[in-house]
Amino acid sequence: MPRPAEMSLRAMIHAPEGDRSARARLVLVLLALLLVSVAAFSVATGASDASALAVIDGWFRAGPQDALTARDRLIVQEIRLPRVALGILVGAALAVSGALMQGLFRNPLADPGLVGVSAGASLGAITVIVLGGTILRPAVDLLGIHALPLAAFGGGLVTTLILYRIATRRGQTSVATMLLAGIALAALAGAIAGILIYRADDQQLRDLTFWSLGSLGGATWTKILAVAPIILAALAATPFLARGLDALSLGEASARHLGVPVQRVKALAVLCVAAATGAAVAVSGGIGFVGIVVPHLLRLVIGPDHRYLLPASALLGASLLLLADAVSRTIVAPAELPIGIVTAIFGAPFFLWVLLRRRGLVDL
Amino acid sequence: MIEVSNVSVSLGGKRILAGLDFSAEPGHVTAIVGPNGSGKSTLIKALSGDLPYTGFIGINGRELSALRPAEAAALRAVLPQSATLSFPYTVREVVRLGLLGGRSGALPGQDAHLPERALAKVDLAGFTGRFYQELSGGEQQRVQLARVLCQVWMPVLEGKPRYLLLDEPVSSLDIKHQFLVMKIAREFAERGGGVVAVLHDLNLTAAFADRVHVMHKGRSAAAGTPEEVMRESLLSDVFDCSLKVGAVPSGRIPFVLPQAAVA
Repeated sequence: MPRPAEMSLRAMIHAPEGDRSARARLVLVLLALLLVSVAAFSVATGASDASALAVIDGWFRAGPQDALTARDRLIVQEIRLPRVALGILVGAALAVSGALMQGLFRNPLADPGLVGVSAGASLGAITVIVLGGTILRPAVDLLGIHALPLAAFGGGLVTTLILYRIATRRGQTSVATMLLAGIALAALAGAIAGILIYRADDQQLRDLTFWSLGSLGGATWTKILAVAPIILAALAATPFLARGLDALSLGEASARHLGVPVQRVKALAVLCVAAATGAAVAVSGGIGFVGIVVPHLLRLVIGPDHRYLLPASALLGASLLLLADAVSRTIVAPAELPIGIVTAIFGAPFFLWVLLRRRGLVDL
Repeated sequence: MIEVSNVSVSLGGKRILAGLDFSAEPGHVTAIVGPNGSGKSTLIKALSGDLPYTGFIGINGRELSALRPAEAAALRAVLPQSATLSFPYTVREVVRLGLLGGRSGALPGQDAHLPERALAKVDLAGFTGRFYQELSGGEQQRVQLARVLCQVWMPVLEGKPRYLLLDEPVSSLDIKHQFLVMKIAREFAERGGGVVAVLHDLNLTAAFADRVHVMHKGRSAAAGTPEEVMRESLLSDVFDCSLKVGAVPSGRIPFVLPQAAVA
């Protein structure tokens, strides 16, 4: 747990040179404050003039309320709050799965969106949407609202496992193989998804279109209920991975020599990546680059220590996604831009910049 | 005590170690020498638990393959030939990774200061804030040694000796730091721990090792004290190169003079 800012500041003065943990704790506190303010801002603003303050005020006041407050209340509680909550969950999930994947593959360029994991998760989701009424009916009936995120999780898991098997030999990941295998896997998943889409009827096509827009717009408490357990479980597992991923950055053999149960760490990391990516894809479609931009920025400031990098990624990913959502809601108002477009506009050039900087170093 | 008996290792269908016997005692620096491809690194990797093997490898009487990673980490630390890092860690952060196992053996509360002390030992005091990736190969090798020292800071833990397994620990070092690293190994042994080191420099081996193990084609060609092992006929045969062995005037330490073979 981060200490209060004041203690962190004091610790920073006495921190030994080269030890960035005090700075990292301070950054964690600042990021938490940032997330609270961004979330408050998102709840308070929107297409309508509904006043979040009035609504919150109403929560604490007994007695009947007038019609205007009732309308505001509906807007804040059923539209804005779920949207903010979903944004926090999805942003945290995307950034943390990026950081985990980079630790697992020992490479800062790994990202679920770039190497086909998101495409695999999408295929899982599309399968449920198209076949959920027919072949998969019993499974969907059994799993209810969790069917979609679980299917996306399954698709992401299979893709991650195939990718790891192909790109990693004796604990060393070849970046070229990883990226190329990711392209092939994404193409394959896309092709199968295409076949499914051609089999879809009108109603399913409408569902698919809404889903694939990549937006937080359709957020409901039901959706949140469907993905929150999966995302929160993945986030809750990350503290147990931090030590292992730090050791893994020395290579698999050295990690084992340090006493880390390497296979268990890798398996848990793969599960968390697939769960977080799958859940995020299931509710918001494809939102790219959060997983690569957020951990990279944080490593520049607090270093690669996963004890701090993972929680900081969750906080910053949530904040950035809420900001991107605010941009997507306002830039072409009253229409809404899919949020995936906003993250790509900022994220893709950032990724190119990282590539340029690393071009001279080692083999990427 | 590290005991190896009748150990064979095959990699990709090729037999690298063939029925090898080997032992390393606590209190000793045991050097493994031999020509390229003789199986030295494979032996170190097998001792580290990195390779499947047949036969018996025991550390302090316990079968290596039955040890859990955390148990093995409390018994021995391994210095790899080289280590590249995928993320921008500072020197101090790398050295601190050695404390992950939590069994440094230092007094309670002292762990936090071990990175600085270990770096001072390898002559890198003041390097804590530098980025690992910006250091030279020799400096990186010493940073890794400092990390390894943190893992088994006390050579004896709960009355049981611990071991340093060093794979070519001086390969990228200048002569001053070659001596420094070998002195660190000697000190570790004198305080009750055991050291197993793959070495290429026969003179360094003669000067610092208590026991020398000569490998040849995946087997043990000879084992003993430097004086016993470093004989002209044996070395010339094993290294397939005519070598002259002399002794320094003051004492018993043999030396190999490569020039003699050329002349």
